[in-house]
Amino acid sequence: MTGKGTQSAKILVFSTEKISDPAIDMAGLLKLHYPPTVYTIAVPCSSSIKSAWILHAYEKGFDGVFIAADGSDCPYGESCTEKTGKIVSRTHEMMKQKDIEPARLRMAAICSVCSESFVKQMKSFNEYLLKNSNM
Amino acid sequence: MNKKLGVYICHCGGNISDYVDVEQVKKAIESEEGVFLAKTTMFACSDSSQKEMVEDIKKNELDGIVVASCSPKLHLLTFRAVAERANINKYNYVHANIREQSSWAHSDDKTGATEKAVFLVKAAISKARYAESLEPIKIKSKKAVAVIGGGVAGMRAAIELSDMGCPVTLIEREPFVGGRVSQFDILFTTYETGKDLVTRLYNNLLARNNISVYTGAEVIENSGSIGDFKLTIKITPRYIMDRCNEGRLQKAIDACPVEVPDPFNFNITNRKAIYHNFPSEYPHKPVIDIENCTRCGECEKICESVDFSQKEEIIDINVGSVLMATGFDPYTPKDGEFGFNQINNVVTLPQFKRILALSNEPLIYNTRAIKHIAYIYCVGSRQVEGENKYCSRYCCTSVIHASIMAKKKFGNIFNYHFNRGIRTYGKQEVLYNESLKSGDVYLQSYEDDPPVVTQQGNKIVVTVNDILTGKKQMAVEADLVVLVTGMVPRADNSVGSLFKLPKGRDNFFNEIHMKLRPVETVIDGITISGACQGPKNILESSNSALSAATKSFSYVSKGELELEPIVAEIDKNQCTWCGACAEACPFDAIKKIKDGDKEIAMVNNSVCKGCGMCLPVCPTDVINLIAYSNREIESMIDALAGS
Repeated sequence: MTGKGTQSAKILVFSTEKISDPAIDMAGLLKLHYPPTVYTIAVPCSSSIKSAWILHAYEKGFDGVFIAADGSDCPYGESCTEKTGKIVSRTHEMMKQKDIEPARLRMAAICSVCSESFVKQMKSFNEYLLKNSNM
Repeated sequence: MNKKLGVYICHCGGNISDYVDVEQVKKAIESEEGVFLAKTTMFACSDSSQKEMVEDIKKNELDGIVVASCSPKLHLLTFRAVAERANINKYNYVHANIREQSSWAHSDDKTGATEKAVFLVKAAISKARYAESLEPIKIKSKKAVAVIGGGVAGMRAAIELSDMGCPVTLIEREPFVGGRVSQFDILFTTYETGKDLVTRLYNNLLARNNISVYTGAEVIENSGSIGDFKLTIKITPRYIMDRCNEGRLQKAIDACPVEVPDPFNFNITNRKAIYHNFPSEYPHKPVIDIENCTRCGECEKICESVDFSQKEEIIDINVGSVLMATGFDPYTPKDGEFGFNQINNVVTLPQFKRILALSNEPLIYNTRAIKHIAYIYCVGSRQVEGENKYCSRYCCTSVIHASIMAKKKFGNIFNYHFNRGIRTYGKQEVLYNESLKSGDVYLQSYEDDPPVVTQQGNKIVVTVNDILTGKKQMAVEADLVVLVTGMVPRADNSVGSLFKLPKGRDNFFNEIHMKLRPVETVIDGITISGACQGPKNILESSNSALSAATKSFSYVSKGELELEPIVAEIDKNQCTWCGACAEACPFDAIKKIKDGDKEIAMVNNSVCKGCGMCLPVCPTDVINLIAYSNREIESMIDALAGS
């Protein structure tokens, strides 16, 4: 929660090495700014993210987790969108059981050139988290 | 796991250190567990820094290194090579991206950017603590390359690939090869014409049996990845048979009653619905523009080679790499921009070059004898308020060359160059000198005070506050005004979207790094060349084509590629076989096997692609992806959370 005197939420982004991470890189290249408390861990495919990792992030103090999914561009196949969706649903259920608000986990497909979309997502998620949490 | 790690934090000139306090980052991480040494470096990728890292690793017997610099897309391989040269396994190197994802993304917040960089480096150190030594996986790579675009860059790349013994499929969307250069007349520095150059390249293509050329062809589907791209190509028929009587075809063209503006001549002339752009264009066969053809049947009556029964063809090809050479479009001025489309005899540079090529003495345009020509530079380039901030590079040289050619061909021509500074770099300066010596007049203005074109009765007057004469207002009465338009990306760049190629701020296709990886894209296996990447002249396009051809060939030359040894691992002691992982695997890489008296899942490493789809479905969480294990990811989360 830093940045130019204003608070920002701590957000963990799971990006994908071939699709969404290049878009996040390009956001930097284009100097499209988003909160500096957004941190990225890149994985090969968004369908490989374990619910346990997401829950671990909340336990360690992250305000939100965002899955920058491959969507239909996934190099590993069309089933990625559905599988990532199931991970999110399953994790939402686990979050409810742990009294963590499910809205603190978001997912959106971020294609390899969707830098602006990523930045919009981060800004709106940050705003939501600041508004709805007890930070 | 007590690893000795070396950590290097890069200034990247000032790209990082202008926004991230790299010394503060170093101080914040040097006492982290496992960190044996921490250094900042001006350019981590420089030879001297790389040598220093190798020496550090050897001297201190380091087990692994972390470099915090630019995107791993750019330098992951560079620093892995450093690790190998220092005789440690390259997978003991971990990259932290503190440029694209910190200094640049947060250049508006230096404190925030520095704090983020600290956390990112700490996360990389955590990952490095658990990194394992690995050996790469090898996959087959189809020894064939698809070149998309049959202009000069595409043809030059195809020839180069062919020379290296690589089968090439050249795919051109237009009915004829040659691209924009076929529209050029005499070139600089030789007196060769664009048509001559295209002829030379096309004849060279035809002399080879490992190049297949498809014209009127478009890639409509793409699947697969590096080493194994599967492309579907749609080929539009020409409606002309292969063997035809050229004499009769010409009569059929003459008989065609349809006339439409000719895009080859930038709409300054008309063409028929059955046409070729110029005699003996390549392929040597006219084409019927079926969208404008009225099917009146006049051509069929004269020429038996006309064949309206031809159907669209769909073909599939399999290649290891794709080389993009899709070229550019000239900028089209907006209505009223310097009088364009509102004042007669205001034309663009491409139109002017076609007028010169098509005209015989004397030079007349729109019934007006042309003697005084005003050239207005940087139209559609270096825009202060528009989208095109970039310099199109080729236009200064091109217009000066055209103005000299106009004088030489027609004589008694007076040229007035309304410029914003001349950029005839390199040998092209010779032309500028020649133009000055021949008496051409150069008037200059700033971007906030451009020349003004007005119609005064029958006269066209261009006025400017010339900064070379202390902003004195100068007026020129011109018979023709040439708007020196630059290059813009193709209006229809759908093929780029098909391959998900990223675009830069200028909207041209973007390379990974303009100096270090100038023809590679973030999409593995796809290279870019020529003006689809940004404004280039013919020489620069050809150079980039050779570079892209060499890079594409490197992906397919060995028939196999080394891939990351990232595969799923199943703890066989914990697995109780439920089948969920096998069901989730899109590659059928997981099988049920007997292990003693129990059934367990086993991963076939040669089939596993390392996607990790099997990981989250395991109810007992006994599957890990190499390099993305629970302990690696969770330790990174811990580091990022600051816990």
